[in-house]
Amino acid sequence: MAIKWPLFFHKLGSPRWFYRIGGMWLPWMAALTSLLLLVGAVWGLAFAPEDFKQGNSYRIIYVHVPAAFIALAGYYVMALAGAVSLIWKMKVADIVLKCAAPIGAAMTVLALFSGAVWGKPTWGTWWVWDARNTSMLVLLFLYLGIYALYNSFEREEQAAKVCAVLALVGTVNIPIIYKSVDWWFTLHQPATLKITQASSMHASMWQPLLVMIAGFYLLYATLLIQRVRVEVLYRERRTRWVRDIVLQAGSVRK
Amino acid sequence: MLGPEQVPGSLEATAGTLRRDLLLAYRRRGDIINPLVFALIVVTLFPLGIGPGERLLAEIAPGLVWVVALLACLLSTDSIFRDDYLDGSLQQMLLSPQPGYFLVQAKVVVHWLVSGLPVTLMAPLLGLMLSMPGGGYLPLLVSLLFGTISLSMIGAIGAGLTVGLKRGGVLVALIVLPLYIPVMIFGSGAVVAGCEGRPYSGQLAVLVALTVLASVLAPLAITGALRINMDD
Amino acid sequence: MYFDSVAQLFAMDGHGVYVWSVYAAALAIIALLALTPVFKRRRFIAEETRVLTRQRNTPTTRLN
Repeated sequence: MAIKWPLFFHKLGSPRWFYRIGGMWLPWMAALTSLLLLVGAVWGLAFAPEDFKQGNSYRIIYVHVPAAFIALAGYYVMALAGAVSLIWKMKVADIVLKCAAPIGAAMTVLALFSGAVWGKPTWGTWWVWDARNTSMLVLLFLYLGIYALYNSFEREEQAAKVCAVLALVGTVNIPIIYKSVDWWFTLHQPATLKITQASSMHASMWQPLLVMIAGFYLLYATLLIQRVRVEVLYRERRTRWVRDIVLQAGSVRK
Repeated sequence: MLGPEQVPGSLEATAGTLRRDLLLAYRRRGDIINPLVFALIVVTLFPLGIGPGERLLAEIAPGLVWVVALLACLLSTDSIFRDDYLDGSLQQMLLSPQPGYFLVQAKVVVHWLVSGLPVTLMAPLLGLMLSMPGGGYLPLLVSLLFGTISLSMIGAIGAGLTVGLKRGGVLVALIVLPLYIPVMIFGSGAVVAGCEGRPYSGQLAVLVALTVLASVLAPLAITGALRINMDD
Repeated sequence: MYFDSVAQLFAMDGHGVYVWSVYAAALAIIALLALTPVFKRRRFIAEETRVLTRQRNTPTTRLN
């Protein structure tokens, strides 16, 4: 094949290059993430006005919505890494796929938890089978399936390839699952849930939300790079450059 | 070596796979009964667990029959490719000049013929045991007829992904059950609508669309999964 | 600040328990996600250091 990929793409496939560049970016990304999350949380908790229908409990939105965004985006990142791994057999893509799963699953748990806690003061119950809660729960199952499948293989390359196929299948399925759950819910929608229909948000309420969403996306990227770097060390433990890092960091006695 | 004119075409190879798998299934026809007995027992458990009240049972019957049928189909999913993988014939099949896509599709169709189809045919009995209203039987039959094809196709992806593992059982269920959700929603939705005397052709249309989609796309994923499990 | 006092910020008209527990959970989950790789890296360095030390200290026994 005579397609010329930019040099960047080739380098991205090299674990060593990823480790080095990731290490250069990571402190800056971590700092910016902390700043955004801190500003967004303080703004949302203490400065945004309260919602006239839901009172202060709506402030949960500043965690719930970004977490739900990342949960879904995280699955697509995983599927994309899987596709790259299957097509170009790139080592780093395998590692990204492995490392994206726990982060995405954790964010799904956070979205579910915050949704449940939000539900208590709003609807008077911890769990409602509404379209969003239900599809989030299914997303968690998809993550858990990937996790279980990965861990049942002994060879990491095989585990990554198999999970790549499953992640792609899941990606095709997610919109279908979401649509069908949505349809199912409109069929059974109890009248009491009508409060959740978004009361039009005032600018002072959605501005902190934008900050939090940006912060969570950056957080995701930071956590992912951090994880991938450590995993790269494990995979490349027999290479010279990893040994040099170990020699520098640890104290090898003569 | 066969000359190029002696290599069977895709159609012949697919028909051959169909014939072979059907013959194998016929020789082990006892296995076909097991999921049916399983479904019967599970349906018996429900009145025992929640009480024999006809109104309550009738209300949950459509969903219940669908879930039980789904679980019965899931039981045999794990072993779709297992035997052929272990005796090496699956590898030969994928190495053959005929496209693996159609051969895999044929295998899944046979699996449906010996699992999904019998369960579908028994489903009205299950509905009867749960005193399901009369309007639900036709949509139950039609929705299961198409729905179980999707279930076999999707289930085969799970079977293909785990074929190289010594123990697949629970793992396959874990992987496959979330993917079953849309099929079940529209399947039981049609039955519920039928029971309540509402039109259900919309749900069935979606179900057929899902089945076509699954039948076309799933073999791609299955062949991919099988090939990954082959290279050792 | 939207609230009149810090006490009100914590109470949030009775919704404080819900709101603050969500933020606490978010913090805990993020901390867990961020710290596991740090510990994993530390463990890796320790393991590999041991391996390299052992390799240095064993005289290379070469056949022929």
